[in-house]
Amino acid sequence: MADMTTKLPVGGASTPIIEPGHTYGSVTNKITSIVLSGRTPRLWYVGIGIGFSLVMLLLVALTNLLFTGTGIWGLNVPVGWGFAIINFVWWVGIGHAGTLISAILLLLKQDWRTSINRFAEAMTLFAVACAGIFPLIHVGRPWLAYWLFPYPNTMGVWPQFRSPLVWDVFAVSTYATVSALFWYVGLIPDFATLRDRSKTRGKRMIYGILAMGWRGSAIHWYRYETAYLLLAGLAAPLVISVHTVVSFDFAVSLVPGWHATVFPPYFVAGAIYSGFAMVVTLAVPLRALYKLEDFITAQHLDNMAKIILATGMIVVYGYFMEAFMGWYSGSQYESYMILNRMTGPYAPQYWLLLFCNAVVPQLLWSGKIRRNALVLFLISLVVNVGMWLERYVIVVTSLHRDYLPSSWGMYSGTIWDWSLYFGSIGLFISLLFLFVRFLPMISIFEMRTLLPTSGKPGK
Amino acid sequence: MSSITTAGTKSEKLDLAALRARLASERGPRFWRSLDEIAETDDFVKLLENEFREGSTEWVETLGRRRFLQLMGASLALAGLQGCTRQPPEKIVPAARTPEYAIPGKPRYFATTLRCAGNVQGVLVESHEGRPTKIEGNPEHPASLGATDAFAQASILTLYDPDRSQVVVRAGEISRWTSFLGDLKRHLEAQRLKDGAGLRLLTGTCVSPTLAGQAKQLIAEFPLAKWLSYEPAGHWSAHRGAALAFGEEAHVYYDFAQADVVLSLDADFLTQGAGSVRYTRDFTAKRRAEDHKGPANRLYAAEAMPSSTGAMAEHRLRAKASEMQSIAAHVAARVGASAAQPGELSADAARWVEVAVADLEAHRGRSAVIAGDSQPPAVHALALAINARLGNIGGPVIVIEPIEPVPGDPVGALRELAEEMESGAVDLLVMLGVNPVYDAPADLEFARRLEKVPTRVHLGLYENETARLCQWHIPEAHALEAWSDVRAHDGTASIVQPLIEPLYDGKSAHEVVAAVLGDTGASGYDLVRAQWQAWYEGPASGSKQDSGDFERFWRRSLHDGLIAGTVGKPKKVSISAGLADALDAPTTASGGIEVAFRPDPTVWDGEYSNNGWMQELPKPLTKITWDNVALISPATAERLGLANEDVVELSLNGRSIEGPIWIAPGHADDAVTVTLGYGRTRAGRVGNGAGFDAYALRTSDNFLHAAGVEIRATGRRHPLATTQEHHSMEGRHLVRSASVEAFEADPKIFEHMGHRPGPEMTLYPGHKYEGYAWGMAIDLNSCTGCNACMVACTAENNTPVVGKEQVLAGREMHWIRVDRYYEGSLDDPEMHHQPVMCQHCEDAPCEPVCPVGATVHSSEGLNEMVYNRCVGTRYCSNNCPYKVRRFNFLHYSDYETESLKMLRNPDVTVRTRGVMEKCTYCVQRINAARIDSEKDGREIRDGEIVTACQSVCPAQAIVFGNINDPESRVSRLKKDARSYGLLEELNTRPRTSYLAKVTNRNPELGGADHSDTGHGEGGSRHG
Repeated sequence: MADMTTKLPVGGASTPIIEPGHTYGSVTNKITSIVLSGRTPRLWYVGIGIGFSLVMLLLVALTNLLFTGTGIWGLNVPVGWGFAIINFVWWVGIGHAGTLISAILLLLKQDWRTSINRFAEAMTLFAVACAGIFPLIHVGRPWLAYWLFPYPNTMGVWPQFRSPLVWDVFAVSTYATVSALFWYVGLIPDFATLRDRSKTRGKRMIYGILAMGWRGSAIHWYRYETAYLLLAGLAAPLVISVHTVVSFDFAVSLVPGWHATVFPPYFVAGAIYSGFAMVVTLAVPLRALYKLEDFITAQHLDNMAKIILATGMIVVYGYFMEAFMGWYSGSQYESYMILNRMTGPYAPQYWLLLFCNAVVPQLLWSGKIRRNALVLFLISLVVNVGMWLERYVIVVTSLHRDYLPSSWGMYSGTIWDWSLYFGSIGLFISLLFLFVRFLPMISIFEMRTLLPTSGKPGK
Repeated sequence: MSSITTAGTKSEKLDLAALRARLASERGPRFWRSLDEIAETDDFVKLLENEFREGSTEWVETLGRRRFLQLMGASLALAGLQGCTRQPPEKIVPAARTPEYAIPGKPRYFATTLRCAGNVQGVLVESHEGRPTKIEGNPEHPASLGATDAFAQASILTLYDPDRSQVVVRAGEISRWTSFLGDLKRHLEAQRLKDGAGLRLLTGTCVSPTLAGQAKQLIAEFPLAKWLSYEPAGHWSAHRGAALAFGEEAHVYYDFAQADVVLSLDADFLTQGAGSVRYTRDFTAKRRAEDHKGPANRLYAAEAMPSSTGAMAEHRLRAKASEMQSIAAHVAARVGASAAQPGELSADAARWVEVAVADLEAHRGRSAVIAGDSQPPAVHALALAINARLGNIGGPVIVIEPIEPVPGDPVGALRELAEEMESGAVDLLVMLGVNPVYDAPADLEFARRLEKVPTRVHLGLYENETARLCQWHIPEAHALEAWSDVRAHDGTASIVQPLIEPLYDGKSAHEVVAAVLGDTGASGYDLVRAQWQAWYEGPASGSKQDSGDFERFWRRSLHDGLIAGTVGKPKKVSISAGLADALDAPTTASGGIEVAFRPDPTVWDGEYSNNGWMQELPKPLTKITWDNVALISPATAERLGLANEDVVELSLNGRSIEGPIWIAPGHADDAVTVTLGYGRTRAGRVGNGAGFDAYALRTSDNFLHAAGVEIRATGRRHPLATTQEHHSMEGRHLVRSASVEAFEADPKIFEHMGHRPGPEMTLYPGHKYEGYAWGMAIDLNSCTGCNACMVACTAENNTPVVGKEQVLAGREMHWIRVDRYYEGSLDDPEMHHQPVMCQHCEDAPCEPVCPVGATVHSSEGLNEMVYNRCVGTRYCSNNCPYKVRRFNFLHYSDYETESLKMLRNPDVTVRTRGVMEKCTYCVQRINAARIDSEKDGREIRDGEIVTACQSVCPAQAIVFGNINDPESRVSRLKKDARSYGLLEELNTRPRTSYLAKVTNRNPELGGADHSDTGHGEGGSRHG
């Protein structure tokens, strides 16, 4: 039984998901020391330095935006949406992997998720935080963006519930709330461990408060398991629903290139695809930096690569369906749209997107490549770029030439568009580096359950 | 900076200039907002710096306590001075005597007349609490019939332009009217001794009987003085042509209601020049293919530069401007009007001429041949000879006595003046409302010679290029601020009455000439009234109107906006026998490239350079804003290896200009057309630096066009801001057109071109409209693409001007646009116009996607925009298939400039940044009519609501009304076989419908062949 738990229960792979030789003590020491030892690697400072600089860029860009208006971007009529929406969809997509790993893989009893779920969840939260900036600031009058929320007011006016943008508000805010709760609940036992191992009063106080009086009693564990399972059950449909609703922003409209029934599954698959790519992008350097090869093993990389490959193929199917429907619909607007994507002014972006998302991931058919951390890391970067381009192609090429040729136009991002994009990446990097410095990036107690010496693992 | 500094008083002068700049700058920050301004780019800062006189920044920096006190004192003195020069209270608005009608909040309308871009139009001016806000056509006036052109619409902005000249300036210093009078008196005394031998009066084209009377008086008083009239884009060659043809001075105008076949020789008579608004009305009335009938007229147009008129033509011949005389000679020879031997024509042109002539001859007495104002007198003379031969004179072609007192050759007159200036014969030059330093032919070297005139006086709306070189500059009163009178294209005289007290103490030309005559206290009112009292009491008025009571006559004339009985009496003329000998032989097409100079379709000759509405108005067909271009044909561009936006150097006889190339499908080969009115240096903040100055290439010998221009690419590029970058319909049935034969064979032809979904296409029950249901129909057969609707909409709806950078970014704010599509070959395409504004869809795609419900459907079917509620997600714009929504990406509306606050229509919200806006079907006008009807307890009558675009449309292409009323005009049009909805296959069920084009092509020239062929690709800017 115990043996079984240390192996991947599916797929017949035999690589362990935790290297042999570890004990309860060594696992706890290894993970808590990253937070408590105070020996911060020099590269950490480099990383947070870059992130923080980009956050400053974000603040400058936001200030200019609020004082001057959305006119600082490259938007126009016909292209009313640009980088802000592209970035929003991109970040929300990235934010999918965490909850998927935590909730769905938990429910499917995929124990290998344990070593990556904590930082994947953190990544989700930070990605959703980055995503959350954009819908807010992309509106013309951001100080009135709260009108999208249904709140009782003296005007007696409610949001317009038929609009997908209102659905978005609910979907994304629910997702953010549940993801945060899920993450926090999962952290509670580890906060207690950190509290107990802290040497200074300050740390004990802070971790103590965060641990919410966790003592590890049987009844605590019982309630914890129940709550965690319930939250997982709650979070699982959200993984599907969030990006489905985000895809409605496009699918509900009548813009050729947006108005497509394939969008919900295509978007969800794309989201998981980009989310796992981002997990790989983060896991590989962290693993190297903190010497966590014992916990994040080649088996993990292999599994994630397989998911990237599988979801990537669904996405490619989506691209194929778009082209197919352009022809099959018989609509001259649809067929022009797909022709314009392939041969129009934005053809380079389209073909680059196909290269990134359809061609490069085919390398993952090879097991050697799946287990090669460096190559996998590079592929994950390509996928991230590809997924950003996918949103760029969907948003821009559909809008720039729709129905009336007289109103066709061109779009390109300005320096402020790019500043906000890189600024949001900076925010993501900064939050992530703060997270690995101050919180256990791998779930200590769940790792302990993976040890052969443990009894039955947590459900 | 100032080129008229005189020694000795430099420091003092700078301070006063600075003070003036300071005073000027307190009006409010800027005229229009742009990215430039926000970004404070170098160019913009430079622009601002240039705006104010030298020293304006210096004194702020070095301001000490003493200096401060000095300046304070000066300010106080100036404030007092302002009080002194205030106009005496004068009852300028007749409304003052009828206060019982004045209801606060309700606009009132006053009739007056404007001369805009050479076209006199009777107008009704909407006035809110004493400030004019909107110009409408005067239905009584023969040159308007209720419509106006784009220029007249924009002239209201000129009135409130904060860059207008505001003070009397003497050699760069602030002065006062009385000082000017004193100085003038001194000079006039000197002139009196020599009978005015050194006195010259230079005006624009004069169509004012009062001014003509004053000028006559001036010549009587100073027998050796001269009065000249010069306008760079006037009607003079038509007059010279008439004189040539008839052997006597005459004025010719046209009645297109009687013309079944029209041959235009480079005449853009539908959108440019005197009478164009009336011409459009009459011309388009005959081609409204209602009740299954085809158009009742046919237009043959030969032209070099594609114009709105050419786009309307059934048969358009591409020909160089210089070839018109040859074409005219061929037509003349064929109809037997001239024995002169015509030159050679190309085979295509010969065939075209042959068919046109046959058609003209088949319509004797019902046809017209019209030559353009930019054609030399010989072409006009030939056209008149042809018309005479075809018996059209007295029918569609009407000849009357000249309406201008000096219809001479303005170029010759100006050349003579320049020579006199050179020789020192001119002591005192008074220039009224002209800008010869900018717009005189380059070879006259007017600027240099002007400085040889000891005393130069300039009256103008702006302190422009000429004002800068004059000792005296007097701010001119705008036509809406002063009394005057004008005569329209058919001779009808009307009074110009002021709507508002002069904003900046401006003087009218009448007052300045009166001052020259020694009558320093004369008011424009007295002068104009005296003129017409004399007329009334003289024999010309015929039987005494209004039972001999002048006061009643005067008031009625003011009220009606025209003086009854002044229309020109037809004149008996005959073609002079020596015409053939008097004409130069037509120049056969010489090698090389020919350049033609044309007034600009939006800024004219420079008159509207500083008018943001006109600068931002896309030029018909090219859709370029904020710039002029060198237009060439695709074939010529290919041959020369030029692309759009390439800056080229055009050189002719040692002079050269540089400007960007624009490839115009349909342009004549081996010819380049440049438009005037750009490249201004002293136009104001809006006009300075826009475009290039084509006058620099225009000489008195080559005033209209010239052969042998050299085009050399400079390798530089100049970005051009166009509002339409794609020119083909991509096979979509957006503008539906068919030949009259095809339409008669299959009356449902237009329906078959598209697919109109039935009511079963939706699961949901439709909206119910119990009361009114507003709708619109636009007739594509009548629309000439003149753009008047765009400016009228801008004026009515407080639409902001965004500037070139923003147009380049694709953010123009017009609520209505005129789409233009090319169809057919690249070299000689057919051109279609399609005005597009919010279609007010019944199932509007914009409505369900707005998250805050800021765009909603009204119970009357209007798609309404709630600015207060809009947060600016722009989803509605993305989802609008017509792309008619406009977003305030930046803070475009000018909230600060005081004078512009007076311009705003108080019934329409001024929108702020971050808000979506679009056409409302002029909901404020709907509500005004509703209030009126409810007060009377009746339904709103059909035709009672007239939207701004509909009201201004010279072609009456736009009809608005209640579609719930089956008898309303719009309902009937929607039942027409030509009616279709734009993109109706999307099931948006637009409330605006279009009436398809039916073309009346001559079968001889391949008539019915193009009914629904594929749509070719036009020249595309972005490849």
